[in-house]
Order: sequence, then C-alpha cells, then structure tokens
Amino acid sequence: MTRRGLLLLGAQLSLIAGLGYRVRQLQVEEADRYRMLAEENRMNIRLLAPGRGLIFDRNGVPLAENRQNYRVVMIREQAGDVEAVLDRLARLIPLPEDRRERVLREIRQRSAFVPVTVTEHLSWEEISRVASNAPALPGVLPEVGLTRHYPKGTASAHLVGYVGPVSERDLAAQESPDPLLQIPDFQIGKTGIEVRLEGELRGSAGASQIEVNALGRVMRELDRREGVPGQDLHLTIDGGIQEYALRRMDGQSAASVVMDVNSGEILASASAPSFDPNAFVFGISFDNWNTLLNDPYRPLSNKAVSGAYPPGSTFKMVVALAAIEAGLVTPDETVYCPGHYQLGDRRFHCWRSGGHGHMNLRDSLKQSCDVYYYDVARRVGVDAITQMANRLGVGVRHDLPLPAISEGLTPTREWKQRRYNEAWLVGDTINVGIGQGFMLASPLQLAVMTARLATGRAVEPRLIRARNGVPEPIPGAPDLGIPRAALEQVRVGMHAVVNDRRGTAYRSRIADPEVEMAGKTGTSQVRIITPEERARGVFRNEDLPWNRRDHALFVCYAPFDNPRYAVATVVEHGGGGSAVAAPIARDILMRTLYGPVPPLAAYPPDERQEIERRRAEEPAPEAPAAPTQTGRA
Amino acid sequence: MTFLDQSHRQLPTGAAKILHLNWAIILLLCAIASTGFLMLYSVANGSFDPWASRQMVRFAAGAVVMLIIAMIHIRFWRAMAPLAYGGSLILLVLVEFFGEVGMGAQRWIDLGFIQLQPSELMKIALVMMLALYYDWLDPDKVSRPQWLIIPLLLILAPVALVLTQPDLGTAILLAAGGGVVMFLAGVSLWYFGAAIGLGAGLVTLVMQSRGTSWQLLKDYQYRRIETFLDPSTDPLGAGYHITQSKIALGSGGLSGRGFMEGTQARLNFLPEKHTDFIFTTLAEEFGFVGSASLLIMFTLVVVFAMTSALRNRDRFGALLTAGVGATFFFYFSVNMAMVMGLIPVVGVPLPLVSYGGSAMLVLMAAFGLLQSAHVHRPR
Repeated sequence: MTRRGLLLLGAQLSLIAGLGYRVRQLQVEEADRYRMLAEENRMNIRLLAPGRGLIFDRNGVPLAENRQNYRVVMIREQAGDVEAVLDRLARLIPLPEDRRERVLREIRQRSAFVPVTVTEHLSWEEISRVASNAPALPGVLPEVGLTRHYPKGTASAHLVGYVGPVSERDLAAQESPDPLLQIPDFQIGKTGIEVRLEGELRGSAGASQIEVNALGRVMRELDRREGVPGQDLHLTIDGGIQEYALRRMDGQSAASVVMDVNSGEILASASAPSFDPNAFVFGISFDNWNTLLNDPYRPLSNKAVSGAYPPGSTFKMVVALAAIEAGLVTPDETVYCPGHYQLGDRRFHCWRSGGHGHMNLRDSLKQSCDVYYYDVARRVGVDAITQMANRLGVGVRHDLPLPAISEGLTPTREWKQRRYNEAWLVGDTINVGIGQGFMLASPLQLAVMTARLATGRAVEPRLIRARNGVPEPIPGAPDLGIPRAALEQVRVGMHAVVNDRRGTAYRSRIADPEVEMAGKTGTSQVRIITPEERARGVFRNEDLPWNRRDHALFVCYAPFDNPRYAVATVVEHGGGGSAVAAPIARDILMRTLYGPVPPLAAYPPDERQEIERRRAEEPAPEAPAAPTQTGRA
Repeated sequence: MTFLDQSHRQLPTGAAKILHLNWAIILLLCAIASTGFLMLYSVANGSFDPWASRQMVRFAAGAVVMLIIAMIHIRFWRAMAPLAYGGSLILLVLVEFFGEVGMGAQRWIDLGFIQLQPSELMKIALVMMLALYYDWLDPDKVSRPQWLIIPLLLILAPVALVLTQPDLGTAILLAAGGGVVMFLAGVSLWYFGAAIGLGAGLVTLVMQSRGTSWQLLKDYQYRRIETFLDPSTDPLGAGYHITQSKIALGSGGLSGRGFMEGTQARLNFLPEKHTDFIFTTLAEEFGFVGSASLLIMFTLVVVFAMTSALRNRDRFGALLTAGVGATFFFYFSVNMAMVMGLIPVVGVPLPLVSYGGSAMLVLMAAFGLLQSAHVHRPR
C-alpha cells in the first residue's frame, strides 16, 4: 500500500508538473501571441466618415454644401414592442406602410442592439416632435447625419455634378479602394467636379476604436481619431452669371462659356437644359431618369465642354490669322465674291447667293463672306490653318476638372488618311476655311479662342480659384507669337461685325461707348441641303425638322479697347448666329460687365423698350442672393 | 475486538476531535473556494449576483456538512458504504426515466430545492464501496481473477449508466477513481495493463462506430473529439471554446491583466465562463502567477490527502482517503488539461471553483469522509 501510494503520488505529481509546464508554455512563452489574439477579439475599428469638402463660387456662395440630414433610428432591444412604438411614431412623422414593412423586416434580421434606420430627411419640426416625445418612444433615437445639397440646383448641375451611393463599378474602378467606401450610405462623386476632384473633396477617414463583446455589441469607445475633412474648393464661377446664363438660354439646347480673358478664369459655363442634381443624391426614380435620358435636348450632357460643333464662321478669324502670318493676305487686298466659288466642277456657295462683291479682310469678317475665306483657305492650305487653330486653343484638350472634355477636331491630311483612308482634297480645305467640313470645336474652345484673339496670349481656362481658402497661383499666359498687327486687323474686323451698321451682329451691339463689344457670328450647317430638297422647296432652316437645323454660334469679347471677358455661345439647331446666338451672348456679357441690372443705355436703342417692359414684369430681375457682384470688379 | 477497543480508547472525543482535523486540507479548501468566489464575482462584472453569493452559501453549507461527517466515526461510514452505493445506483437508474434534460444530456433529478446529479453522489459512493470491499477482502486474494469480478461490476454498473446519460467525462472519472482504489488495494499491475489495452480497443471501437446503426456516442461528442484534434476546422463552432479558452489563458501572461480586467471573460468571448471554463478567467486576470498558485494549492491538497492515507493504518480509511484525493486530483487535472487544450472538452468542472450546487456539496461531503478517516485513524 505504501509503495503503491507513493507510486500514485509520484504519478499524480508528474501529471501536475505536465499541467504546470503547459500553463507556463501558454502564459509565458506564447503570451504575446495570445495577447494579440485577445486584442483582435475585442477591438474593432469603426471608420468615421470625414466631412466632404464644400464647393463655393468665386464669391463664397455655396454651390455644394453638407446639410444635416435628420433621421430616426430604432434599436429593437430598447424598443420592446417594436410595432407599438412604430404606431406611436407614425402619429408624429409620416411613415408609409411599405417603409414600415421594411423597417420591421430589417429590425428582425439584425441583432437586437443594432440601430436600424426608420426614416430620414426629416424636417427640423418633425425631428423635434420625435425628440420631445422620447419618453413614449423607447428605443427610438433621433440622429443627424450629413448629406450633400446643391443650393443652386440646376444652375450648377453640369459643373459641380452630384454625389451618389458607391456602386460596384466604383469599387472595381479603384486599385486599392479607400476603406471609407465600405461605410454604408457613403457617397462619392458621380459626375462633374464632384467626380473629377473626388480625391480632394473626400478627405481621409477618421477611426473610432471600439471594444466589442463576443456578439459584436459595442461596449465602449477606446480611442477616437477624427478624420481629415475634404478640401473646400472655390471655383472661378460666378454663381450669379452662371444662373443668368442658364436662364437666358431657357428653352434652347445651348451652351455658353464666359471667360476672363486675362486670367483664364471661367466665370460661367452653362449648358441648357439642365437638371436638378439634388434629385440624384438620394437616388433618382427610374421614370425621371428615363425622361432625362430620352430628352432630345440632352439635359445630362455638359454641352459647354463636351459638345463639339462645326464652328462655322466663328472660325474665320483663325483662317485670316493663318493667312496674314503666312504673308498671303494684306488688309487692303480684296477678293471678289460673286456668291459662289468655283473649284473645278464643284461650286461652293456663299451664304448670300447674290454675292458680296469686292471684300477686304475687315469686310469679309463684318459680313461673314464665305467666298473670301474659300479663296484664302485654299491659298494658305489646311496645315497652316489647323496649326493656327491649335495655337488658339481649338482642337486642343483643355485641362479642366470636368469629365468628358471634348477635344474638338482640327482635321489634317494624316487624320483624314487614317480615319477615312482617303487623300486630303482641296475641297476639304475650302470647307475648313469656313469652319465646316470636318471641323469641330466645343463652346469652351471657342471661348478660349476668343480670349486668345483678344489678348494675343495663350490663356488657359481655369475652374479652381482656391483650395481650402488658399488661392491657386495664376500662371502668366505666354505670348502666342502672332504679330500684333495681324491680331489688330482681325480685331478690327470683329469690332465691325458688332458695331458697323452692316455687321452681322449689329443688332446685338452694346450701345455703351465705354464698353464696346467685338465678336463674330456663326451659323454652321449640320448637313448640306441636298439638290432634291432644294427642288422640293426646302431652302430655309425653319422648314427642316429641329435636329437638322443649323447651329447658331456667337463668340465675343469686351471691352474692345481693354478686353476683360470673352463669351462663346452655341445654340444647337437654333438657326442663325446673328439672330439667335448673338443676343444671348451679348446679354450674358452685359450681365458679366455690369452686374445684375445693366444700364438701359447699354442696350441698342431698338431693344430698350422691350427690356423696360421685361423689367417691369419682373420687378426684381435678380434676387440679391449673391453678396457681392463681380461685374465691375 | 481488542484492536477496535484499543484504538477507541486512544481516539479523541468530542471537541478534541476538532483539533485533530486535517487543518491543512481545510485551509487549502477554503483558499481554493475563496479563489472561486473571487472569480465568480469577476465574471459577473463585479457582482456577487448571481453566482458568487450563492456559491458562498453553498460552500458554507458544504463546510457544515463536512464537519458533521468528520465528527462521526469512520466505522459508521464504513457501514453506510453499501447503502450509499446502492442508493446512488438507484438514483442513476431513476435519472434515466425522470431526469431533466439539459445541454443534450440527461443528468439531473429536480428535487425542487436542488437539482441533484446522482453521478456526483456516485463519485464518492463508488470509492466508499470499493474501499469497503478491499478492507473486507483477504489481501492474498486481491489479485485472484474471481475476486476481480465484484469490484469490476461495482465500477462498470455506474459507468455504464452515466455513459447513457451521456456524460463521458464523469464516466471516465468514475472508472479512474475506482481504478485508483483497486491499484492501491494491490491488484496486480498486469490487470491494469490489460485494462488499458482493452480501453484502447474500446476507444477504437467507439470511434469506428460513428455513422453506423450501433453508434455509441452522440454526434456532438464525436465532433468534440474531432475539433479537439484540429480546432481550426470549426473555429466558430465547437473549436471556438478551446480557441477562446487558450487565448484567455495565454493573454494573461506572467502577471495577468488584473482583477476584473480580463477582456475575454468580461466581453463573453469565453463560453461557460462561470462553470467549466472558470480557470481561464483566473489565468487571464492573474496570469501565470495566479494559475500556478491555484495549481500549487490543488497539488498540496492531493499531497496532504495522500500522506494522510499513507499514515492511516486502517485499510478502509486509507483507501477511502486516497480515493477521495485521487478523485479530487482527476477532477482538477482533467478540467485544467481540458481548458488548456490538452484533452477533449469533456465537461468536467474545476472542483470548488466552478459554479455548481451538487458538485460542491458532494465534494465537501467527500472531504468530510476524508477528515473522519483522518480524525478516527488508529494511533
């Protein structure tokens, strides 16, 4: 018994020693590993969404802001009788039946302690009602989140764009997706500046380190690091001008770009018709989306930078400059216009079938004689013309933080060979001479072209004025290297277009002698009227269906002596540039120069009565929303 | 008779018996139980409710039971052995029919004031019965095969009943406790070798039976064994227990995270934190220092029990004392080995520390018998 007893005790002690060894192994040797695992167990990192950067216009008027979104969430375990609480809640705030069903479904699926959103976008009154009835609503919590709001709505839609929920495609598009994108309800830029400057606007995530129990319930917050909010952006846009430009183009499919010719700042870039970006923030209905998508006026497209139109006669300055620089044209040299231009067996018509007679450079611009430019273009050749076009910013991609910026098209021999596998013909050059044929330019490019004509310098368009309140440096624009005399000859022609009684835009002149405008009309054919149609009697634009009518264009700058602003306007299928586009561009330019209420004296005398009548109808032509005005700045 | 008379004369009487109690063991039991109160207080997030307070009441009741049993002469308990064994066996049969089902097993009889686990009673009754048998048996006959039949039947009957509950852990511990008594009584080592071989064969058989019509274990028991062999196969299910238990142990480190600072227990990562896995909370909060201290206290109880047994010239008293000590040893070592991931999770509580009613009372009663044997040992 004693021997066996000792044997047993020995066996027991050695087994205990084994246990001791194991405890030591776990608690001393492997302690670090297990401590890490324990921390992993209990710690969760919850991302905190940073505030999205705000977007302002040049005067600090908000174009995109973060609004407080009042919502009501519900926690099942605190609510107890969920249905009864929902009934009581429905008496305080609107709670449709389908919404109620969804809440009930969701709240049953989730853990008892997970808050479920009942309803959001409540008014301050509604949320106050919920808050003041808190004792009767156990488990119901009023919460506030942030959502994007666009105060200027339609006016800023194409520029600022909008945000929306993160889609699978958004995630796939990024190489290493920002963890922020995983936050439910997180919104990212979908179009416009919101998407192009997403990186700057988004900011970086904050983190809250929370302790969770085995069921995932949050026990307490251990540490909190706030995120870095996105950068605030000040655009070069003037909200007032932008709104005015859009309103002025109302009812048309059109685009206008207003540019400061010296700094390149875009003061307005309007595309009509527009849409309400706020409708997109919370998901637009399928019907509304379809309506926008199928509208022949294409409200979703930013025509100001994405549109590409044959520049028509607004391109004649380019041809003229190329010719003068090449020494092929002098101001006094004339070309005879009989109403058409003969090239072999092909006949190119002038818009005035009776002809203009003898045309010099100034008159050819003033009256927009086509035959003059057929002849000059043929002499200069397409190479010099496209080169000049590119120098003036046409056919060049301007780098603005906007999606789908059009490069336009300045055709070359190589381009045609590549594109159509055909040799360049003289007829092609002749077409290019009046901005037709293969030529395409966006309103933005036309504005840049006008600004460069007005200054002789390679002004680049700019859209960002300041980041986080720090002004962006404005690089000096290098000289284009075009002889001043050549520019002067073209400018004199553009001055005549507007201010000479026989100029094509005379009716749209600015009557104020201090602020004379120079410009150029353009009417570009969408398609050539066929001989058969001529035979059927289709001569005039108005006889064609809308989508086959001519585009109306007008480019201008002012003041003539000391250019400050350039405006380019394109009215899709609008008809004649002088009749349709010029008045719009002129009015926008006046709004830019004078502010909301231009003096009556600045309008041409025959328009003053009409202007007075309109002002009487609308006593406040523009609500004093913008705190400052830039027109006279 | 002279032997008895002589010993009786030399024995202390009345209050003097108190002084002759094995106080070292009593103090160790109190210390261990107090550790238990502390841990139950901690896992309830710093509250006596619901576990610590009740456990203290039970320990106090258990201590009274222990002292009463200790005061009564060991001869009485020797006489009671067949009754205790028979009664426990009947209760084990009854539990088959009237038992409360809990956690997939049929273990309890609800007596209203207490949920009685007959298998707990049997732990001590079996040791008593075997000690009585070998006290009665002529030492020369111990290793003869025909005299092995009765003790083997005494062991196998309750083991078989407990297995059907099913409670593999208790069954193994019953067999082990009985085996220890037989070993100390002098049964030839050859038989133990044969028993181990038979056991191994039986285990193979049991494992082979899975998925057949004569399947011997419940599916969850097979899964536990599988999970034990490779916990990573089921990290959120059965393997979760052992993974979280090891994390709690290991993260305690050398000196622990501090009282009530154990995140594993407080945040409910530990399953059954107040019962079978209570050791992990101690290990997490008091580290290696704490778990080694508890292990040493347990060890000392075993050492004192064994020395008491070895000094006891009364064969029944010696076998009973060693049997109680061995049972105690098996309980805490199986529990610890289990939470450390050394053996499968079998559902054995940590004696005196785990929250539990009848286990506590039965254990204190067993130590009462041990004390009685100690106090009334021949001098």
